[in-house]
Amino acid sequence: MSTDAHADHHAEPGHPHGSLRSYMTGFALSVILTAIPFWLVMSGLIESKQLTAFAVVASAVAQIIVHMIYFLHMNGRSEGGWTMMALVFTIIVVVIALAGSLWVMYHLNTNMMPSVHDMRQMP
Amino acid sequence: MTSPQTITPDEAPVFYLTDEHAHPEGHSTPLGFWIYLMSDCLIFAILFAIYGVLGANYAAGPSPKDLFDLKLVALNTTMLLLSSITYGFAMLTMEKDRVGATQAWLAVTGLFGLAFLSIELYEFHHFIEIGATPQRSAFLSAFFTLVGTHGLHVTFGTIWLVTLMTQVARHGLIPANRRRLMCLSMFWHFLDVIWIGVFTFVYLMGMLR
Repeated sequence: MSTDAHADHHAEPGHPHGSLRSYMTGFALSVILTAIPFWLVMSGLIESKQLTAFAVVASAVAQIIVHMIYFLHMNGRSEGGWTMMALVFTIIVVVIALAGSLWVMYHLNTNMMPSVHDMRQMP
Repeated sequence: MTSPQTITPDEAPVFYLTDEHAHPEGHSTPLGFWIYLMSDCLIFAILFAIYGVLGANYAAGPSPKDLFDLKLVALNTTMLLLSSITYGFAMLTMEKDRVGATQAWLAVTGLFGLAFLSIELYEFHHFIEIGATPQRSAFLSAFFTLVGTHGLHVTFGTIWLVTLMTQVARHGLIPANRRRLMCLSMFWHFLDVIWIGVFTFVYLMGMLR
């Protein structure tokens, strides 16, 4: 690494800051993305539960991204890209842990469902 | 080596930095704190996985539909979201070197944090009072562990906030205090991100089940 690169790195603060505008944008989007799922579930507007669940999860994912960008000031450049690298790594681990646990335990539950005979012996 | 004398000591390649270049104090703190937050994220991922696996095991006890009051959860979510934006205002006033305004916004953030905790404790107290204790079913154990861990984080964040307000009152907005306030800012916004997961997967999806 050249000395110039170091000088640049030190001249620019490692972590970016937001502006009033970006905070207000993030807040407005968050309010909307919070209100939508609560309203959908509380009013029962959509008949299908699967469709409601899908909309609720989509709002949550969108809101998490909004928070990351506008409140946590995530971008690919802060700290020379290492914060983004750490975030991507964490998301991969989280997805493996969540999807793996749910998948394995779901199949375990299905395959080990007690039969009628076993149920009679239960207290 | 057949000819060790071909490279003279002067031309020998250097494979490492011979002298440490200057690092300003605390310049790696934001990245280090971010990595801590990511490790915290893994804790919550595991608790979410546990809730996902055990969330339907009611043991003939109460189900989410019997327990959860979405109006209360919506109020709670509002408190946390408001505390997030007021912390943002505190950071903005900090950058303009306005100590009084920063302290005021931090105090407002702390009050919203306390409101969130009060509502959550009220909810927990209500559940335990009607017999929906963590011992009742696997669903309730997982619920209290997940939501309780988030609540504990908010509690410690509030204690940290009060500590930093004392620090700012004593020493002003010195670089060290700015750095600390920025770390708490990341922590506070991160807790709000976790709460999005909690109200979505625990409360809203629980009502849909």
